[in-house]
Amino acid sequence: MKRRKYNSGPASRVIQYLTLILFSALALFPILLVISNSFKTRKAIFASPLAFPTPETFSLKGYNTVLLRSNYFSYFGNSIIVTLISLALIILFGAMAAWALSEYKFKGNKYLGLYLALGIMIPIRLGTVAILRLCVSLGLVNTLLALILVYTAQGLPLTIFIMQQFMIQIPSGLKDAGRVDGATEYRIFFLILPMVRPALATVAVFTMMPIWNDLWFPLILAPSEGTKTLILGAQMFLGQFVTDWNSVLSALTMAIVPVIILYIIFSKQLISGLTAGSIKS
Amino acid sequence: MIDGINHNPSFNTAGRKVGFFTSDKTRGYSGMSKAPPNSQYKQKQKFRTYILVFLAPACLVYTMFMIYPLLSSLGLSFFTADKAGNESFTGFANFIKLMTDDLWAPRFWGALWNNVKFFIVHSLVQNPVGLLLASLLVNQSLKGRTTFRTILFLPTTLSVVIVGFAWQLILSPLWGVAETGMALFGLEKYFLPWLGLEKYALTTLSLVSVWQFIGIPMMLFYTGLLGIPHELVEAATVDGASGWTVFWRIKFILILPIVGIVSVLTFVGNFNAFDLVYTTQGVLAGPDYSTDLLGNLFYRTFFGHQLQLGNPTMGATVATMMFLIILAFVLLYTYVWQRRVTSYEY
Repeated sequence: MKRRKYNSGPASRVIQYLTLILFSALALFPILLVISNSFKTRKAIFASPLAFPTPETFSLKGYNTVLLRSNYFSYFGNSIIVTLISLALIILFGAMAAWALSEYKFKGNKYLGLYLALGIMIPIRLGTVAILRLCVSLGLVNTLLALILVYTAQGLPLTIFIMQQFMIQIPSGLKDAGRVDGATEYRIFFLILPMVRPALATVAVFTMMPIWNDLWFPLILAPSEGTKTLILGAQMFLGQFVTDWNSVLSALTMAIVPVIILYIIFSKQLISGLTAGSIKS
Repeated sequence: MIDGINHNPSFNTAGRKVGFFTSDKTRGYSGMSKAPPNSQYKQKQKFRTYILVFLAPACLVYTMFMIYPLLSSLGLSFFTADKAGNESFTGFANFIKLMTDDLWAPRFWGALWNNVKFFIVHSLVQNPVGLLLASLLVNQSLKGRTTFRTILFLPTTLSVVIVGFAWQLILSPLWGVAETGMALFGLEKYFLPWLGLEKYALTTLSLVSVWQFIGIPMMLFYTGLLGIPHELVEAATVDGASGWTVFWRIKFILILPIVGIVSVLTFVGNFNAFDLVYTTQGVLAGPDYSTDLLGNLFYRTFFGHQLQLGNPTMGATVATMMFLIILAFVLLYTYVWQRRVTSYEY
């Protein structure tokens, strides 16, 4: 391309590719190493860690231990329940609030917007002492509901902020047409909602990953066996089986692979969501 | 337009002035801008229940599980509990204890200093390398940039717990992968069990964290660089500016606002970090507290561990200090950086 002729010389081109390849290898190597060794016998893990599993060194012993000694599917299910319900609540409540703030003029609108934006920069973790007390007094300790409420509160500020940017751009014609036809404000909101779909990708990226990957709140609010999330389950399993290399590598792989599969399927939306989100803010 | 229905000539994409010039009285109150006075008064007369309905769920959950706990924690840091658990007001005693007491002070200042180092490593390695990768990825003549982008962002999507354990295995002298890897470059004699050495553990963990989170500054810089109009770069190139000059004199200046955002995100993330140290070094942040961060001190103080009972009021005090540190940086950014740095519209 002509406009970038200053860096299109063959030498600099090679350096650019080499840099990207080097960093990509650095990003992939640890992940591939863990996955590949999880399918090997203990002896092969130590004798030739860099080799891929062969028919002679292939073993599923670690997976056997993980599935027998931990409630993997229960942890996985808890993580899915918590993440999906939190995400649904964040999107619904967030869209409603963003709609009210961007569509209606009322006293204190601006201050309420600022109040709701405070949480973007302040980590919710700092309120943990009081959150735990609140959950104790509400009888929510060791329930998934406690996690869902905390994650909803955590996700709302940024969601409202991003959604407002999108809602403000919805052309007024559609809303006016609805109002002329006598539609209620609730109906108009649900008519408008599908139009902010691009915002949903952004919101999902910014809220889902921290919820799925969180260790702090499951550790403090819901550490019981029945409510453990996948990350907490993995953390405890790994701590316990630290000398059993087959199991540790298999447990790590079982935590990594679902995320990678999702990431590969949704990477396009995820990255465009990230891009859109950061341009807006 | 999104739906093709909009024929209103006064609509503009910035959105802020929507409704300003519309003659349609039915929507005179919409938009955040000042509506014409007469329609504003007309709407003020009746109470609009639906606004309350739209706002109530978000405000309730947010206030109850975020704002109230934060304020309540700040308040709790001025209290102390006796053995029976009765709490009484003590003023700034907890803060004085945290900063000067022989038992507390070394832990607090140690964790704060470690956190500063943790942040410095991220600022010096993560953000510049992120910028470098982003500037390579925006080059549209480069083949496979989508693939590179996807791979480079991959570690960011994983949990810190998983990343911490994976690196712990890789760096373990038991397994010897790191040593074998270094031997390929003839560097095996420089191998050390870094995570176990007081001198290196924190830097090693900082680099592991950099490895994981490099995708975030990379993506933010990438979007910023993508937004720079080609005309600007082209004009400078025609005038004879080198690639280096174009980058530092034009592109870098234009993405300075993003440099600020990246710094704030890094700071808040770093001063709130906990998982990586907890996972790899345990609750005592060994060896000898050399990897202790404020987040780990907070957890230990509040929740307790094998050697010590949990202390909620002192925990709240640590959290309040973290809050003040984060707030100070955010305010510094808002009042100094954001005011000095010009955002350009293009």
